[in-house]
Amino acid sequence: MKKLDPKYIPLFATAIVMLALYAGGCLAYPNFGSLRVFINLLGDNAFIGVAAMGATFVIISGGIDLSVGSAIAFTSILIAQLLGHHWPPAGAFALTLLIGLAYGTVQGALIHLFALPAFLVTLGGMFFLRGLSFVLSPESLAIKHPFYLQTVRTMAIPITQRPFVTFPLTAQCFVVVTIIAAIIAGYTRFGRNIYAIGSSESSAILMGVPVGQTKIGIYALAGFFSALSGCVATFYMQSGNPASFVGLELDAIASVAIGGTLLTGGVGFVPGTAMGVIILGLIQTLITFQGNLNSWWTRIAAGVLLLLFITLQKVVGSKRH
Amino acid sequence: MDKAPLLEIRGLEKSFPGVQALQGVDFTVGRGEIHALMGENGAGKSTLIKVLTGVYNRDGGESRFEGRSIRPRSPREAEEAGISTVYQEVNLIPHLSVAENICLGRQTTRLGFVRWHAIRKRAEKALHRLDLTLDTSRQLSSCSVAIQQMVALARALDTSAKLLILDEPTSSLDEREVAELFKVMRKLRGEGMSIVFVTHFLGQVYQVCDRITVLRSGKHVGEYATAQLPRMELIARMIGKDVTEIEKMSRSRDRQPAPLSAQPFLQVTNYGRKGSVCPMDLAVRPGEVVALAGLLGSGRTETAKLIFGADQADSGEIDIEGRPVTIRSPRDALRYRIAFTTEDRKVDGIIPNLSVRENIVLALQASRGPWARMRRPEQNALAGRFIKALDIKTPGPEQPIKNLSGGNQQKVLLGRWLATEPKLFILDEPTRGIDVGAKAEIEKLIDALRKQGMAILFISSELEEVVRASQRVVVLRDGQKIGELTGDEISEQTIMRTIAAPTTDSEAVHPAQL
Repeated sequence: MKKLDPKYIPLFATAIVMLALYAGGCLAYPNFGSLRVFINLLGDNAFIGVAAMGATFVIISGGIDLSVGSAIAFTSILIAQLLGHHWPPAGAFALTLLIGLAYGTVQGALIHLFALPAFLVTLGGMFFLRGLSFVLSPESLAIKHPFYLQTVRTMAIPITQRPFVTFPLTAQCFVVVTIIAAIIAGYTRFGRNIYAIGSSESSAILMGVPVGQTKIGIYALAGFFSALSGCVATFYMQSGNPASFVGLELDAIASVAIGGTLLTGGVGFVPGTAMGVIILGLIQTLITFQGNLNSWWTRIAAGVLLLLFITLQKVVGSKRH
Repeated sequence: MDKAPLLEIRGLEKSFPGVQALQGVDFTVGRGEIHALMGENGAGKSTLIKVLTGVYNRDGGESRFEGRSIRPRSPREAEEAGISTVYQEVNLIPHLSVAENICLGRQTTRLGFVRWHAIRKRAEKALHRLDLTLDTSRQLSSCSVAIQQMVALARALDTSAKLLILDEPTSSLDEREVAELFKVMRKLRGEGMSIVFVTHFLGQVYQVCDRITVLRSGKHVGEYATAQLPRMELIARMIGKDVTEIEKMSRSRDRQPAPLSAQPFLQVTNYGRKGSVCPMDLAVRPGEVVALAGLLGSGRTETAKLIFGADQADSGEIDIEGRPVTIRSPRDALRYRIAFTTEDRKVDGIIPNLSVRENIVLALQASRGPWARMRRPEQNALAGRFIKALDIKTPGPEQPIKNLSGGNQQKVLLGRWLATEPKLFILDEPTRGIDVGAKAEIEKLIDALRKQGMAILFISSELEEVVRASQRVVVLRDGQKIGELTGDEISEQTIMRTIAAPTTDSEAVHPAQL
């Protein structure tokens, strides 16, 4: 029998924890295992999932992006404003995605061209976009556009008639983005270059990898995914809010780490990140079902789990040498 | 004309802040030849190669490749022109597979999507040219350094290169692996490829090279046919001295063992660690150089680390000056005045961005603790003393150590530990990757320290060096002490014979392929 490559042990552990949490929930609560609960879980966490895909690439490359939460808030309020000014939804989405791409490119260019630390550049981006969100609107804006009131709902794919369960647009976005991200990571030169840079940037340069282009591309992609995450968030919230999603980048980073991606770069798994998002969602759902616990217990559980995972990665990693 | 050279470089200039690294260097490589590029550290070999391969921009001069003027601005452009390079330290991506390392950046794609199957096939083909079969889906970091080196070579071959540059490819290979590499080099030469070979091992130059170009201090000294340049002449050209002077330098020294009655400074009994070092006895006396000899991977470094406390022993005792002690960490070892310079000075030793002074002061300061900060005049005096005593070639004590050549970095490291006045000095490959002149100086230094009464544990892959430097040789194989030689018994042959001698246990047979 072929032995499991040690590289995949964290991923394997993630899968086991995910299944264990799910099985535990199903045993403890009668309705936990229903299709509707699971689909809600995907739909409710879709925007985190989309943002976490961007974070996955950034972290595989050995970088970090702290601007994710602000970028989502900015996107949501921008869409709310544009639709309020009678823009067609398609135009509003296109513009926000373009802005996300552009701002990510600027962050990447600063990081690469001036050799600035990603932590500080994206910290700047985080403040900048948060401030800009409040400039666009100091308060939450509800979105009343017919696209949101009707179309988003009609785009949900019916799965079963009785009980009536549909696969919402948000969850669809999550699934599609995960597949696209997995293809980028595994089957494009760009994706493979990200791994190479994260593992050894100096070697990558000597091997002729276009390090500069790739680095800028990574942050551009992350910016795009943040903006897309903002769009998905508006489907879910039916509003834009400049004060929301504070610290969301940290949830994204936690999902990435739980999914087996090393913060030191070079190793990472797109499906792992998706599982990481689902695990955090499962914890939340479990605590909701439990009913008596304060919702902050979600954070405690997530914290413990994160610590367990990074310890596991270290132990597995050191055994290899 | 058909016999026009493949590569012709004329008047190449390159300077860095404070250093003129290349001053009008010429370099010509013919078709289908193995050409050695020789010179001491700091002679400009690496700079020349990095300019040629587009890592650095040149300041002046011309290079023609296949008759056309070229000026690559990146390693990729050089590769596209037909120049591939295998660097001294393996420059590959540790986390990716063998196959991907061979094809990275030029993967076979269809509609922009990577075709993994085709990549594995290509990698296998490239490895096959090197007579190597291995599982190309293995992660690179799980392969031995020798195999990684071969993977780097396979990568270079995958580009249909016409000129292959090998920058010190043998510095971390053992003899068998080197022989394997040479076989491959000859084969490639037979296929019409030209190879530039940079090495510090003179013997290797005479084994494989057709022609030799010598650089010294950034200048072109000359180009010679290997057969017409005796070894001594070559050394003389490299260090710019007369042949007679060198002969004086390398004369063998007295090999009186330290009086056996002297109490050992260090005595380990039955000392070992599961999975790396079999329990062994070892003693080092003051005024004695004890060498650990053995092939790469025989447990030399592991033994040194065990004694230094970097790894923890799980059996045996250790006595310092006759008293039993425990050494569980390098801090313990330092308390007993044991110093250790590591094999890999880049990773474990120098702190590149700190100055020569700061690098020298480091260990002494650390041993005194953070509250007893050394005052600047004291630091300056200390740095000045060692720069002078060890003849460290640096523009000044405030020069960042990364700007020094390998040999001089090594001297700074020695200075750092000597400042703590150790009683036992463990030197792990102190001469790796440094040039002949610096090697001789370091050997001289070791001998001087020994005469002052220091106990020295010396590790080197170069048997010649072991034979010259040591009073006693402990021979290791597969993490086991298999013999000890003293006095006149010490010669390259006896060491080799000891290593090769059969043991009673059934020996682990090395796989035929590296």
